[in-house]
Amino acid sequence: MAKIKGAVVVDTEKCKGCEVCVVTCPSQTLALATEVNSKGYHYSYAANPETCTGCSNCAVVCPDGVITVYKIKIG
Amino acid sequence: MADITFNDIIKPENLTYKKSKLMTDNVMHYCPGCGHGTAHNVLAEVLEEENLQERTVGITPVGCSVLMYNYIDVDFQEAAHGRAPALATAVKRLMPDKFVFTYQGDGDLAAIGTAETIHTCNRGENILMIFINNGIYGMTGGQMAPTTLAGMKSSTSPYGRDVSKMGSPIKMANIVAMLPGTCYVTRQSVNTAGGVRKFKKALKKAVQYQNEKRGTCFIEVVSNCPSGWKMTPVESNKWMEENMFPFYPLGDIKVPAE
Repeated sequence: MAKIKGAVVVDTEKCKGCEVCVVTCPSQTLALATEVNSKGYHYSYAANPETCTGCSNCAVVCPDGVITVYKIKIG
Repeated sequence: MADITFNDIIKPENLTYKKSKLMTDNVMHYCPGCGHGTAHNVLAEVLEEENLQERTVGITPVGCSVLMYNYIDVDFQEAAHGRAPALATAVKRLMPDKFVFTYQGDGDLAAIGTAETIHTCNRGENILMIFINNGIYGMTGGQMAPTTLAGMKSSTSPYGRDVSKMGSPIKMANIVAMLPGTCYVTRQSVNTAGGVRKFKKALKKAVQYQNEKRGTCFIEVVSNCPSGWKMTPVESNKWMEENMFPFYPLGDIKVPAE
């Protein structure tokens, strides 16, 4: 069976840490970092990158458009 | 299978979603989690996909989205408070080939600009009106707006909106749907991925109706205001689903006959 694997790249410097992507993610890939960016926001990052399916739900709800999604079909 | 690394996936040919090219690199001034940013992104995507960049004129309102022209790379005109539909009428009549849209909040469209809104829709000007309804005056500090829900607290109704003294909230989309000039009236949201995709479809439909010059298109977006409502973005989205959506039900209100 073909398997789909995705990857998200977050522009952590522009992220405002609103957490909307974390709630939307169906595979619990994203989480808020304990560290902060230069503006003091707990930015979002791929905490479990191996679970990402590349559905791009996080990217379409991101108010600041900081998430880019890639997807690859394996097998 | 296990040897596929992160760097193997991150290649231009595997790109699935990227912010629209029409969005500039400026960091948006909106509060974290604000629906304005999402609505801007979707609008820019639609303008890009429909190849409208060269012939679009947007009308920015007064309100939080007043600096919208910094974020979307199309031509813009700045209107006086509430007068965006009047300015859009002028732009469209002088340059009928342009795609003209207004982007307004509830204080702009439903309070100070009610007359312009209703008469523009009644005349059936060929413009697209995008109405961001967050039930509050966001920019000036969370005062009560005409769309504030009954019992909802704001900085000028600290005990909740008292309908007997302050009137009932206005459903602008339902009002303009009754006018003969509007061709497409719908109410959408941008808090979930599904909502965003539906909003994008609605925008594409509106662009099609504008190209066919069928009258005014009116898209209301029920949005959140985490700062004005004094909640976190996630809480505000939840509150919106529980309180705003029952009063402002999502879906098409007026669809033209094919």
